[in-house]
Amino acid sequence: MLSFVAQRIVKGVIVLLAIIVLNFFLIRLAPGDPASVMAGEAGASDQMFVQQLREKFGLDKPLPEQLLIYVKGVLSFDLGYSFRQQAPVSQLIMERLPATLLLTMTAFAISLIAGVFFGTLAARFAGTWADTAITVVALVFYATPLFWIALIAILLFSVEWDWLPSFGYETVGANYTGMAHVLDVGAHLIMPAATIGLFFMATYTRMTRASMLEVKRLDFVKTARAKGLKASVIQRRHVLRNALLPVVTLAGLHTGTLIGGAVLTETVFAWPGIGRLMYDALLQRDYNLLLGVFVVCSAMVLIFNLVTDLVYRIVDPRIEFAS
Amino acid sequence: MLKKIVMSIALACFLGTAASAQEPKTGGTINVVIQPEPPGLNVAMLQNGPTQMVSGNIFEGLLRYSPKLEPLPGLAESWTVSDDAKVYTFKLKPGVTWHDGKPFTSADVLFTVDMLKQTHARARGNLAQIDKVEAPDDLTVVFTLKQPFGPFINIFEVGSFPIMPKHLYEGTDYKTNPYNNAPIGTGPFMFKEWQKGSFIHLVKNPSYHEKGKPYIDDIYWQVIPDAAARSAAFETGKIDVLPGGSVENFDVPRLSKLKDVCVTGDGWEFFSPLAWLWLNNRSGPTANKKIRQAIMYAIDRDFAKDVIWNGLGKVATGPSSSAIKFYTDDVPKYPYDPAKAKALLKEAGYNGEKIRLMPLPYGETWQRWGEAVKQNLQDVGLNIETVATDVPGSNQKIGDWDYDLAFSYLYQYGDPALGVARNYISSQIAKGQVFNNVEGYSNPEIDQLFAEGAVATPDSKRKEIYDKIQKILVDDVPIAWLLELQFPTITHCKIKNLVTTAIGVNDGFRDAWIDK
Repeated sequence: MLSFVAQRIVKGVIVLLAIIVLNFFLIRLAPGDPASVMAGEAGASDQMFVQQLREKFGLDKPLPEQLLIYVKGVLSFDLGYSFRQQAPVSQLIMERLPATLLLTMTAFAISLIAGVFFGTLAARFAGTWADTAITVVALVFYATPLFWIALIAILLFSVEWDWLPSFGYETVGANYTGMAHVLDVGAHLIMPAATIGLFFMATYTRMTRASMLEVKRLDFVKTARAKGLKASVIQRRHVLRNALLPVVTLAGLHTGTLIGGAVLTETVFAWPGIGRLMYDALLQRDYNLLLGVFVVCSAMVLIFNLVTDLVYRIVDPRIEFAS
Repeated sequence: MLKKIVMSIALACFLGTAASAQEPKTGGTINVVIQPEPPGLNVAMLQNGPTQMVSGNIFEGLLRYSPKLEPLPGLAESWTVSDDAKVYTFKLKPGVTWHDGKPFTSADVLFTVDMLKQTHARARGNLAQIDKVEAPDDLTVVFTLKQPFGPFINIFEVGSFPIMPKHLYEGTDYKTNPYNNAPIGTGPFMFKEWQKGSFIHLVKNPSYHEKGKPYIDDIYWQVIPDAAARSAAFETGKIDVLPGGSVENFDVPRLSKLKDVCVTGDGWEFFSPLAWLWLNNRSGPTANKKIRQAIMYAIDRDFAKDVIWNGLGKVATGPSSSAIKFYTDDVPKYPYDPAKAKALLKEAGYNGEKIRLMPLPYGETWQRWGEAVKQNLQDVGLNIETVATDVPGSNQKIGDWDYDLAFSYLYQYGDPALGVARNYISSQIAKGQVFNNVEGYSNPEIDQLFAEGAVATPDSKRKEIYDKIQKILVDDVPIAWLLELQFPTITHCKIKNLVTTAIGVNDGFRDAWIDK
């Protein structure tokens, strides 16, 4: 197993380098650069101003040289300096990462648990009204755009009923500590986490239901029934466990994309996370910051893929690691 | 030398008494939306709107300006101008200290002149008029100009000429100075904390030089990226102030009707944002004056004002906004007249060549305006193709002159020599610039007149020159002027005295208070 992990890490580093090089050029294909954005914001600019900015950002150097400087930096764990925010990229990402992890992991956990639960329920009562209800609700959440759910949630829970805060990570200026702080962050977390969670929950519900119905038809389930096992045991030990493999695959893929994929939700709820950082960096052509976020997100995807492979082994002991 | 005293006690008292007869109450917190999050807080280094809005509380200029653009005391308590209009002497307010306790002196002003020449594109242009700056004592600064420069007295507000602390910046690399993100100024509020992506926290300066001010204890500038979410946050009462442009224009009437909500269009007199379409004068159909005039007749600007901007603003008559000095409406007029536009196009021999229109990627209102103008132009037979791009893309295309029609709006800074001339004089044609003369209009007569207008004395002579300029430009239509924009500031009515000067919420909240 160790050699498998080592091999995957080496491959991961190579993939990461390829991602950096590709993204480095892709970003620069987009029109405009950070100097033109900042000159545009200044309301007045002259050539000296734009030239000063380009020199300051190192954008006056040839592209291969810029790439070399960047890769050298990354290899020594230096993600560079954000042009616009005037701070080291790694510092900016580390400031935002906890908020994103809290949001996405909460959403992920809720969606996975609820999704598998409702999927199992739907499969268990396939063809009944309960199955239809779960399937329809899942379909609605799956098909509705996230930002719409977010805005409707704000209108109902914040503007109309004043139950939940509509923006931010905590109540600014309240300076809560201890449990009061936890509850405050929790209140701010509910709507954004639910917004992301509902979509993924719908996906897992549908996937679990379909997968379970497929497994249910297989011979070993018949054998289990013939042996006289209890329906709940068959459902849990034989059907669910075997049906979970595709769900784990999907969840593994999602975990990686969730890190950078919460852009819309973080924007609507003013949640100070990585997704928003990436969105702002893109609009401002903040090359180093954007690349830094890509590197971190890519690394996350690679790590979670590795974890997914390890989880496969636990879910299905028949799977062996190829060395 | 006979000096004319400009300052008056009446003006000094203006700020304190004009906006409210009620006795101000002290204490409380104001939550304000800031969007986008500023890249830094040093307005000497960064001149974008959000930076100025926050740092206008931290830093100060030598002067402030009334809504009628008359100079008011700031860090300078009085000033005189020599008879030949070349020597400006400022007496600084005694007893002013920086937030770190060090005294503010004339040495800081002298240092600021040097610093701004390197870091502030707009100030660099203004300061080019200066022959020398001297500080005969700690509280006196004397600017001697190369020649009289009419708008010189208008260049000292905090965004155009923010006074910087010499003791923290001298001998350092300005760009990486740590005080750029934790600034030290002389203003009514001090920097406390910046949680990137969330908020910027300013606290009351207890040693502020205007006795008893500021009244507010804390200001939180909250970063909320989505326009609809900003409206919702205001409705829930978590946000007290929506500065101009914070919400989509179509939300303004709805928010204005809410209980205890106050709206003001004041506080933009100095900036006077004027919206227009850049018309590429160099090549393509828009190089033809008749086609440019046809475009003016083809666009229904009243519709844009009434429907897209919800009745806010004013139809522009020419290159100057009606709020700035030397404006005249005695110019050729371009009412909405599609028939005349069609006739002009026929006369010009337009044969259906494609014309690219680039809307301003600043949100929904601008997108809608782009669609309306496209429809107007298509109605008279112009073959319009919309080019959609984001802000960096738009900046690059404009800077590379790679457009036919492009939306824009710019500030005018109170005087045509400061904010109007730059868009029409040939010396401001340079590739790579997002602003200035990007349309490529070149007219030696206009160049000469603007040069004369900037240095002429007295004002009656300047008016004569600018009247002539406006007439020529409006006839030539180098760009298609659309609207004098109005960005209303929306507040909960308990917030009093927020907007008192010509730069509104950008001038610091020293006079604001909360009626609890």
